[in-house]
Amino acid sequence: MIRFESVTKKYPDGTVAVDHLDLVAPSGQITVLVGPSGCGKTTSLRMINRMIDPSSGRIWLDDRDTAKGRPSQLRRGIGYVIQHAGLFPHRTVIDNVATVPLLLGTGRREARAQALELLERVGLPANFADRYPAQLSGGQQQRVGVARALAADPPVMLMDEPFSAVDPVVRAQLQEEFLRLQGELGKTIVFVTHDIDEAIKLGDQVAVMRVGGTLAQLATPAELLSRPADAFVAGFVGRDRGYRALGFAEAGELPLTDEPVVRLGEELSTACDRARDGWTLVVDAESQPQGWLGVRGLAVDAQRGSVTPELLNLGGTLATESGTLREALDAALSSPSGRGVIVHEGGSFAGTVTASEVLARIEARAAGVRHEAESYTADVLAGGSTHNAGSTHNAGAAP
Amino acid sequence: MSALALLADGSTRPPLSQVVVWLNDPQNWTGPNGLLFYLRQHVVYTVVAVVIALVIALPVGLIVGHTGRGAFLVGGLANGLRAVPSLGLVVLLVVWLSPKIHLLQTVPGVVDHHGALPYLIPVEIVLVLLAIPPILTNTYAGVQNVDPAARDAAKGMGMTGAQVIRKVELPCALPLIMSGLRSSVLQVIATATIAAFAPFLGGLGQFIVNGVQTINDPHTGYPAMVGAGLVVAALALVAEVSLIIVQRYVVSRGVSGRYRKTKAGVHAPDGSVVGMELAGV
Ligand SMILES: Nc1ncnc2c1ncn2[C@@H]1O[C@H](COP(=O)(O)OP(=O)(O)OP(=O)(O)O)[C@@H](O)[C@H]1O
Ligand SMILES: [Mg+2]
Repeated sequence: MIRFESVTKKYPDGTVAVDHLDLVAPSGQITVLVGPSGCGKTTSLRMINRMIDPSSGRIWLDDRDTAKGRPSQLRRGIGYVIQHAGLFPHRTVIDNVATVPLLLGTGRREARAQALELLERVGLPANFADRYPAQLSGGQQQRVGVARALAADPPVMLMDEPFSAVDPVVRAQLQEEFLRLQGELGKTIVFVTHDIDEAIKLGDQVAVMRVGGTLAQLATPAELLSRPADAFVAGFVGRDRGYRALGFAEAGELPLTDEPVVRLGEELSTACDRARDGWTLVVDAESQPQGWLGVRGLAVDAQRGSVTPELLNLGGTLATESGTLREALDAALSSPSGRGVIVHEGGSFAGTVTASEVLARIEARAAGVRHEAESYTADVLAGGSTHNAGSTHNAGAAP
Repeated sequence: MSALALLADGSTRPPLSQVVVWLNDPQNWTGPNGLLFYLRQHVVYTVVAVVIALVIALPVGLIVGHTGRGAFLVGGLANGLRAVPSLGLVVLLVVWLSPKIHLLQTVPGVVDHHGALPYLIPVEIVLVLLAIPPILTNTYAGVQNVDPAARDAAKGMGMTGAQVIRKVELPCALPLIMSGLRSSVLQVIATATIAAFAPFLGGLGQFIVNGVQTINDPHTGYPAMVGAGLVVAALALVAEVSLIIVQRYVVSRGVSGRYRKTKAGVHAPDGSVVGMELAGV
């Protein structure tokens, strides 16, 4: 656990970058600091490992005051990942990763063996070990940066916009793998980003900061979307909040409709017979959905052939049974037949839903949320408490 | 060089072929006052000056580059030292300093003359002052050029200041440091000829000092001056090539960009690139 206790940072030129910040980053969770440029995210992060010293206030790492002891000693127990990776150009990938264990006195052979294992963990093939950083792409460098920070197995990781310098596709990939890795490792992570979507995707809790270095709201991603504390947070979180919030709402048991399907390779005429509203769902041998076949567009003489992948419309997205309302709605909206395809965990076909069925579910859920919100407003009016008091997290409060 | 300049006004310039004849005479190489004897002095004076300059300039450059403090001193000092006229300073120091040094030693294996050391010290001081600026400014610039992200990461993962210098800044700055060292060596080799203006010290400049007086003598005059000049040039070339080879071994491939051939062979530049680089260093 990392705890900020009324931490202020005033730079020599008079800029107050962080102003009496109280914040708790719980153990084993990802806490994302997000906010507009210059709001003090980096400053806050770097005060944790004393790359910057606070002007006043304290930062606790579990029950240890970070201001006590040598900074280098403190930093060796904290993983640190920065925007441009900051790999050492004169060392090979494997030696970069082995840096901290070597500093801590681990033997060379052991450190390298660990490093090799870590490379695999972050998704780099072993033959990258002997390359130099300049021989890697930006995304690969960033993976090495993460591996290097993990090498001494620190319980705490600090990450400053680690994925912002790579293209959106690679970024999404790195984010996915980061979440998978965190699922295995369960580190206490403080993650800085200026991208609210990244914050919502990665955070167990999100701290929205405003310029001047104060906390605007500390909440789970779902809360942030459904109940922004004030106009600033609402504006920062941005458009489509209602739709994006569905991404945090479990779909629950949707009323699935069964659908006659054809397999790849079956007669086209069979597909035509089974079509509903002109569309037939095509699956493969493992009954995993492959796409929709539009039978109305088929010429009569073409119907003698068999169903091939080239004939399929691939526009529809798939939603899993245990997925979110957002996935289910998207599956329905994107399907050319208007029937969203839902699959089992393993990927095999489960059934279809229509947009109106998903909407009914959303309506029911919204009614529940409204009810909750009404009682929240009543609370605020009765107790005169601040916005944050309504949050289920106690993290914002100073002890 | 200076020999040719002196001759420019002379009416009787001996033919250049005499230089070849002179250089081909083994006696001019081996004898007690031969080229090899003075060459050894020249090399020793150079090595001593460069090593002392390195011991001073490298740590100062690294620390100033690391802390960023005193950068203006580096620039000012280096430029000031560059502006010093070396010959004038040698004369000044020999006149002023030598009588105050009461160490009447020889320098074993280099200068036999009893009492040579008081003259060697002022000369070495001048050579050291000359060798410092390139090493100092290049070391400083090399450290300043280190990727700030790498430096930040090094500190952030728990390296102490000294470890950051030793494990990150020095290896990354090495190409620039080496090129500073190379220009120092070249300058000192060229300038060590002034040692001959001080008593007893010799060095390859001795041929030039002697030759000016007996310019028309086929043994000690013009051919000897030009011959010695050519040997100085050859020495400079050998030193330069040796240091380039050293540089290859001490600079990480990740910094120099000369990657080893990987199994896939994707990122490996071929032999011709390596050759080109040698020319370009
Ligand atoms: N060394 C410094 N000296 C003076 N002011 C500084 C210094 N570093 C940062 N600041 C100021 O402190 C404020 C917060 O900076 P910080 O780097 O923490 O912002 P940030 O939230 O990380 O922004 P970004 O998203 O752009 O990275 C800014 O106004 C910045 O100008
Ligand atoms: Mg920042």
